[in-house]
Amino acid sequence: MNEVKNLIWKEIALEWRQRYALSGVLLYVISTVFVCYLSFNLKRNFLTPIVWNTLLWIILLFTAVNAIAKSFAQERHGRLLYYYTLSSPQAIIISKIIYNCLLMMLLAGIGFGFYVFVMGNPVIDLGLYIVAIALGSVGFASILTLVAGIASKAENSGTLMAVLSFPIILPTLLMTIKLAKNALDGLDRSVSMDEISTLLAIDAIVIALSYLLFPYLWRS
Amino acid sequence: MKNNWWKILTVILLFYAIFQGLLGTVPRQPILNESIRNLYFHVTMWFAMITMLLVSMVYSVRYLRSNLQADDDKSAEFAKTGILFGVLGCITGSLWANFTWGEPWPNDPKLNSAAVGMLIYFAYLLLRSSFEDEQRRARISAVYNIFAFAIFLPLIFVLPRLTDSLHPGNGGNPAFSSYDLDSQMRLVFYPAGIGWILLGVWISNLRYRTKAIQRINNERMEIAG
Repeated sequence: MNEVKNLIWKEIALEWRQRYALSGVLLYVISTVFVCYLSFNLKRNFLTPIVWNTLLWIILLFTAVNAIAKSFAQERHGRLLYYYTLSSPQAIIISKIIYNCLLMMLLAGIGFGFYVFVMGNPVIDLGLYIVAIALGSVGFASILTLVAGIASKAENSGTLMAVLSFPIILPTLLMTIKLAKNALDGLDRSVSMDEISTLLAIDAIVIALSYLLFPYLWRS
Repeated sequence: MKNNWWKILTVILLFYAIFQGLLGTVPRQPILNESIRNLYFHVTMWFAMITMLLVSMVYSVRYLRSNLQADDDKSAEFAKTGILFGVLGCITGSLWANFTWGEPWPNDPKLNSAAVGMLIYFAYLLLRSSFEDEQRRARISAVYNIFAFAIFLPLIFVLPRLTDSLHPGNGGNPAFSSYDLDSQMRLVFYPAGIGWILLGVWISNLRYRTKAIQRINNERMEIAG
């Protein structure tokens, strides 16, 4: 446990020193939202709720793929060997997943805030919508972390990351969009219990698998 | 003969399935009419695909424990056969949908999930091709295979049930047991399923044995030349 905490702290500290990746992805989110806003060329509240919801989640999806792809690409080879001798692969993958979850929740929150700022806010059940954002961020982060690990070991990791991640992330994406839409429409919360439990189940399976499989990935 | 009895069984079962499928009597259902015969082909192919992909995942797990190249070969070939059956399932399903639901690709969640499942495994093939070193390729594609299968199962089973779907058994439609409660169809359906699965095993078998022979040949050439 201590190991994991130290590793998370290391990631946050490293990130805070340069803020390179963080500011890059933050700029990405804000630019994308702004591009969508300008391209739709609308007064506020003119998008139908379905389009509003889906557009937000597609933006968050691309942001997630970009942000998490960097999490493995950043470390140079020598440093990786150093970590290999210091800590267990399980600790490394858990710490990366937790760090990516926190990062995604931060980015999703800021992205959502800016999106509401320019595109209007048709959300009725804001509490459930925030829960949807949190669950979606955790889902994206847990799946994409392992895929980023896989892609980082291959040659053309940029294309591979995109190609590998989009089909795999689809169940999570669809469930999250449905949950968010329910929140947006203000439906009764019990209606969404199916989606929430499926999302939690997928997260649990993915994190367990990452924990078991990462040691095999690590050995090179 | 002792080792090849199952191949002869495959041929017999598939001939039986095709013959009975196209010429045998089938129950009459509204909308479906004669196209219910596709049950022997389309649905059985999906079962065969899932079996192939399951076997592929099992060999991936074996590879991670044993590090034998043979296990990785088997895992890859079973996955490819699984993809073949998946594509055939999509095509047969599309033909069926054209006659019963009006269009070759109605906006149905199970169809879309199946297509996404195929994309996942195509990405697996792409991943395999992007490695030069055999051991690395084997290990990393084994990891991806296990992960992909774990996502694939909820994708095609859980997701369509939670949303509206045209497929029987999902989204409020009666399950397809109301079609093959007819014991006549069951008589053809189960053998057909087993026949397609055995065919898949046969194809994969030939392919990974060919691979093994190629590998031995390459090693011999390297030693000689």
